[in-house]
Amino acid sequence: MTHDPVLASSSVPLARGWRLFLQSVVARAYPRIIGQQREKSWLFFDVLLPLLSVAAYVLVYRAMRAPEDYVGFVVVGGAMLAFWMNVLWSMSMQLYWEREQGNLALYILAPNSMMAILLGMAVGGLTATTLRALAIILLGSWLFQVSFAVVSFWGLFLVFLLTMVALYGMGMMFASVFLLLGREAWAALDAIQEPVYFISGFYFPIRALPFWLATAASILPLTLGLDAMRQLCFRTGASLGFLSLQVEVGILGLLALLFLAGARFLLAYVERVAVREGRLTEARR
Amino acid sequence: MTTWREGWRSFWVATWLGWQVEANWTDPWIFIVYSLLKPLARAVILVFMYGVITGAAFDQPFFPYLYLGNTFYSYVYAIMTGVSWAIIDDREHYKTLKYLYVAPLRIPAYLLGRGVARFLTNTASVLIMLGAGIAFLKLPLDLGQVQWGLALAGLGVGVLMLAMMGLMLAAVSLLTVHHSWGVVEGVAGALFLFSGAVFPLEILPVWLRPLGYAMPVTYWLEVMRRALLGQPLPASPVLSAMSNAQLFAIMVGLSGLFALLALGAFRVCDHLARERGLIDWTTNY
Repeated sequence: MTHDPVLASSSVPLARGWRLFLQSVVARAYPRIIGQQREKSWLFFDVLLPLLSVAAYVLVYRAMRAPEDYVGFVVVGGAMLAFWMNVLWSMSMQLYWEREQGNLALYILAPNSMMAILLGMAVGGLTATTLRALAIILLGSWLFQVSFAVVSFWGLFLVFLLTMVALYGMGMMFASVFLLLGREAWAALDAIQEPVYFISGFYFPIRALPFWLATAASILPLTLGLDAMRQLCFRTGASLGFLSLQVEVGILGLLALLFLAGARFLLAYVERVAVREGRLTEARR
Repeated sequence: MTTWREGWRSFWVATWLGWQVEANWTDPWIFIVYSLLKPLARAVILVFMYGVITGAAFDQPFFPYLYLGNTFYSYVYAIMTGVSWAIIDDREHYKTLKYLYVAPLRIPAYLLGRGVARFLTNTASVLIMLGAGIAFLKLPLDLGQVQWGLALAGLGVGVLMLAMMGLMLAAVSLLTVHHSWGVVEGVAGALFLFSGAVFPLEILPVWLRPLGYAMPVTYWLEVMRRALLGQPLPASPVLSAMSNAQLFAIMVGLSGLFALLALGAFRVCDHLARERGLIDWTTNY
C-alpha cells in the first residue's frame, strides 16, 4: 500500500512484478515502432542506403560473372545488415544517447526494471527493422532477379528467431558496456561497424575465411545466422556453408542464452555504479 | 583584416579543431588503428569476394581496377563527411555553430578546414592499402612506372572537388534536421554505385550510365588508376579509349562546375538558414 497521497487517490491501479515489467516493455517498444514509421525520411534512408550497397556488391559479382546464388547471398546479407545497424546504433548506443539527452536519470529513478526498458527497445527495434529488411529483400530480389530455393520455411523462421534473440541480447549487453564509456563509445561502434561486415560474411560465404577467423567470428550471432539462412535459402547454400545446420542452430541457441544473461548481469552492475558514484547519468562530451 | 587572410585563418583554426575533435578522445595508437579499420575492412571484403569467385586470380586486369577504385573511393566518404558533418556536430552536439557564426570567421573556409583531419587519416589508410596490395595481392604497381605528375595533380584536383561536394552537402545540412547524416550516406552510396569505383560503368543498365559519366568522381578515379599503373586498364572500354589529357580536362571541367554549384548552394542555404533562425536549431530527435 502506498503512502503517497497523490498515488493513493489515483484510480489507476499500480502495476507490480511481471505486469509492470510487461507494461514497461510495451511502453518502451511503442515509440520505436510508431516513431520510426512517423518519420518517413528514416524509412526512406533505412531502405535506400542498404539497397545502394547491395546494388554495388551485386554489380561487382556481375562484373566478375559470379554464379547467380552469390547475388542472392548479397541481397540476404544486405537485409540482415539493417538489423546489425539497428543493434549497433539504436540498441548499443541508446543508453549513451539517453544520458546525453538527460533521460537516463529518469529511467534509473523510475520503479521499473532497466531490463524491461532494454527489452522494449529490442522488441520495438526488431519489429521496425523487420519491415525495412523485408522491403530490402523484396526490392533486391525484384531488381536483381534472385531465385530462392527454400528448403524449410519453419527452419528458416527458427534460425531467424534465434539469430535475432542472440543479436538483440548482444545489443542489450553492449548498451550497458558503452554507457560506461564517454566520447570513445561512438568511435568504438563506428570502428567495429564495417569489420563486422567482413568477418560476418555479409557479402560472401564465411567458409572463404580462414577456419580460425570464421570460428572466432561465430561469437557474433549474425555470422552463423546468415550462414544458416543461406544454407536454407539457396541451392548452393549447403555446399558453401561453414558448419552443419544443426550445429549452427545449437550454437545460436547458446549465444542467445549467453548474451541475455550477460545483459542482465551488466545492467545490474551499471545500476550499482549509478547509485554508488552518482556520475553515470552525467553527459560527458 | 582582408577576406583572404580571414579565410586562411579560419581554415587553419578549423583544421586544428577538427584534428582535436577526431583524435583527442584516445591515445595516438588506438586512433591510428581506429582510422585504419574501416577502409581496410571495405578493401578486404572486396578482396575476398574477388578471391572466392576467381580462385584468387589477382593477376587479372579487373583486380587492379577494383582494388585501386575502392582504395581511392575511400577519400570520397572521408572528405565529404568531414566537411558536411561539421554542421551537424557543431549545431546539434557541441551547440557551438551559433558562436561560430558571430565570430570573425569565414564559414565555408572553416568547414573545409574541418575536413582536413579525415583527409589526413584517410591518406594513411590509402598508403597502407597500396602497400598491402603490392606486397600480398600482386597489385601491378611499379613505382618506376608511376606518372607522378598526373598522380599528384589528380589527387589535388580530386580532393578539392570532394571538399566542394562536401560543402554542398553542408549547405543542405544547414536546412535539415540532425538525422540528415542520411543524406551524406546516401550521396556517398550513390557515388559508389555510379562512379565506376568497383565495377565498370558498362555493367550498369544503359539508362543509368549517363549519370555515371556526368560525375567528376568517375574521371578522377580513372585518372588515379592510370597515373599509378602507368597505362589504361581494359576494364572500361569508354574510359580506356580516352587519353590522359582528355580525362584530366573532363575531370577539371566537371570539378569546376560542381565547385560553382557548391558555392552557390552554400550561399543560398546559408541565407535561408539565417532568415529562418536555423543556425542555433537543435532538432534533438
